[in-house]
Amino acid sequence: MKVPALLLVLIAGSLPAQVSFDRLIRSGQEPQNWLSYSGGLDGQRYTPLNQITPQNVKNLELQWVFQARSLEKFEATPLVVDGILYTVQAPNDVVALDAATGRVFWVYSYKPSPQSRPCCGKVNRGLAILGDTLFMATIDARLIAIDATNGHPLWNVEVAKPEAGYAMTLAPLVVKDKVIIGTAGGEYGIRGFIAAYDVKTGKEAWRFYTIPGAGEPGNNTWSGDSWMHGGASVWVTGAYDPVLNLTYWGIGNPGPDWVSEMRGGDNLYSDCVVALDPDTGKLKWYFQFTPHDDFDYDSVQVPILADMDFKGAPRKVMLWANRNGFFYVLDRTNGQFLLGKPFTKVTWATGLDERGRPMRAPGAVPTPEGNKIYPGNMGGTNWNSASYSPRTGLFYIPLWDNYYSEFVKGPAEYAEGRIFAGAMPRSPVPMIQAPQVQNRKEEDGYGAIRAFDPKTGEKKWEFKLSEVTDSGVLSTASDLVFSGGRDGYFFALDGRNGELLWKATLGGQVSSGPMSYSVGGKQYIAVSAGSTLFSYALR
Amino acid sequence: MWVIRISLALWAGALFAQHGYSPADVDAGGRLYRSNCVNCHGQEGTAISGVDLGHGKFRRASTDEDLAHIIINGIPGTPMPPTNFTQPQAETIVAYLRSLVGSTAGAASGSGDAAGGRAIFEGKGGCRTCHRVNGSGSRVGPDLSEIGGLRSPASLEQSIRDPNVEIRPENRYVRAVTRGGATVTGRVLTEDTFGVQIIDTHEKLVSLSKANLREFTFLKDSPMPSFRGKLSDPEIADVVSYLETLKGVEGQ
Repeated sequence: MKVPALLLVLIAGSLPAQVSFDRLIRSGQEPQNWLSYSGGLDGQRYTPLNQITPQNVKNLELQWVFQARSLEKFEATPLVVDGILYTVQAPNDVVALDAATGRVFWVYSYKPSPQSRPCCGKVNRGLAILGDTLFMATIDARLIAIDATNGHPLWNVEVAKPEAGYAMTLAPLVVKDKVIIGTAGGEYGIRGFIAAYDVKTGKEAWRFYTIPGAGEPGNNTWSGDSWMHGGASVWVTGAYDPVLNLTYWGIGNPGPDWVSEMRGGDNLYSDCVVALDPDTGKLKWYFQFTPHDDFDYDSVQVPILADMDFKGAPRKVMLWANRNGFFYVLDRTNGQFLLGKPFTKVTWATGLDERGRPMRAPGAVPTPEGNKIYPGNMGGTNWNSASYSPRTGLFYIPLWDNYYSEFVKGPAEYAEGRIFAGAMPRSPVPMIQAPQVQNRKEEDGYGAIRAFDPKTGEKKWEFKLSEVTDSGVLSTASDLVFSGGRDGYFFALDGRNGELLWKATLGGQVSSGPMSYSVGGKQYIAVSAGSTLFSYALR
Repeated sequence: MWVIRISLALWAGALFAQHGYSPADVDAGGRLYRSNCVNCHGQEGTAISGVDLGHGKFRRASTDEDLAHIIINGIPGTPMPPTNFTQPQAETIVAYLRSLVGSTAGAASGSGDAAGGRAIFEGKGGCRTCHRVNGSGSRVGPDLSEIGGLRSPASLEQSIRDPNVEIRPENRYVRAVTRGGATVTGRVLTEDTFGVQIIDTHEKLVSLSKANLREFTFLKDSPMPSFRGKLSDPEIADVVSYLETLKGVEGQ
């Protein structure tokens, strides 16, 4: 009987490896892989790989290109598991390809309902994996489990009604035996929520409404019935701390976006970070960045979890560069505000008080004729991820500066599935896509990658871009920082001083986060631009 | 509610009736258009087949009221969605679209003699030293072949008298000095993080890498001289009238 046992071991060894939750928690120990949206569950977007260095990065060479059959923006960050790269071709086609050559193994094509109406593009930001199952959240607000080996759907459940404006564009987050998602639709008068589903069956395990219902604590931060259609969407992936057993999620803007008098009060938990028990969905703490938001300052950034000495004591912190133009350091055990400073030009608030609450600038509200306020509607930064390098100790923020909108006061009326937002703000910078011919003046908005010391809030360096950027940032264990911009460049900076070390013209606007993986001992850097995914390695 | 609606209707009707859009309306509408409409309609308004927003070619609208209605309510059964614009916002977009075909010409234009203006433009004004019209003149300055459809008479007059009051982003001049010491001057076409593309003073298209430049500055003043005192008021009115006749090439 010994022989068959040995045979069994050999066969098992040749099967695709199972991505256990333990592997997800310890993703830093397998740097060849990129196992969740932000690389690790800590949201740092940092790779321990260091083959590509400041000295040799000039030798980067294009290895392969994957051209999506979609003209939508390519916002997904791929996953890489043991040489297989998984990504999403917009809106909702899952693609498995060879991470070394870019050749396609299979495509699972899901056709979302024509009732789906995501506000800002039929996009998707990526997948989650557990075991040998991939999870995709769709623009028609369904959650689908897919066999990672052959691309077959395993289950497909309704999360919410697309005809009521619910949509999903985020990469799900796996915590233990649950897959956690949230719904977009903050411009359609939804009532947002975060929900967890059983990974095996797709059965809903819990649901946390991002707006408390009647009688619940916090409901009184909404005047009248405004809580019923108050938005507070969730459209970017959260983070997880396995020691504290807390999952953290950023919550979107209250609705109607620019008509705040229709929703008197602080409007909890819009523009908050919430810390939830992943087993029950119970709220442990929250911190609100922008109470009673007038400017669409969604707090949908990825929470970045780091452990560092802070003011002389070791601390479990959370770093957050918010759309409202301030960056924050919070104690992630309890949500205590530790530090907060503007990282870009801000005029809507004069600063933060000792508890981190913004001090609103007098008169900085939408007006009938339009009121010029910094940062504009798209924010000082947006959904595209910042990065933290535990090696340099620096926090790298992709940002917009000198950027304003004229916020206009106008009417809004709720009707199911219709835009419920108010009057569109005006700005010289287009919201989503850059013009091909770009000659805007610097005083009308530009982009930058800026490095901050999170312990002091001090700016260490900046790399200025002539256009704004929708690109995320990747930092590496060789102290490189990769990012891109709307002008179609992808580049590498020295993470210690911001010096430009390498660049490539990709043509299309970079609307994704670069990531890194390795196959056969060779490190790759992948990034998408326009509707195309590119992978680079040393020649 | 009645009071508000009636007054809005009266006000809007008054604005529509005379098509008296101000440059501020056109500017505001242009910003809204660029932020919200270009994704589908394109910069030039020609991205949807059968529709040419810049030349008044619409599938379903003929009046300004029709256009504002469509901008707000969308067209059911087509990809044109309803929007959230207020009536005044929608009207500024209409103002912008109409400005593209020169519908703002009206009260302020027509006071001069276009033929006389052309003679000044091509003669004592020396305008063709920098500007081109229908294939004749220099390309160093903006080509004016369609200027009558793009700019209002008042704004043209302002540019002739006081060219520095408003230098549009696309008409800015740069001065660059290369590491080798050569100076290049020209009108900026596009700029990105690492480079700038210009048309230089010899009418050549030049692509400059910022890394190879010792100096790179946008000129504060327009290379265009002021004609205040050089041309009389009636002469300037003539030139404006001539420019107003320039509506581009047929069929474009």
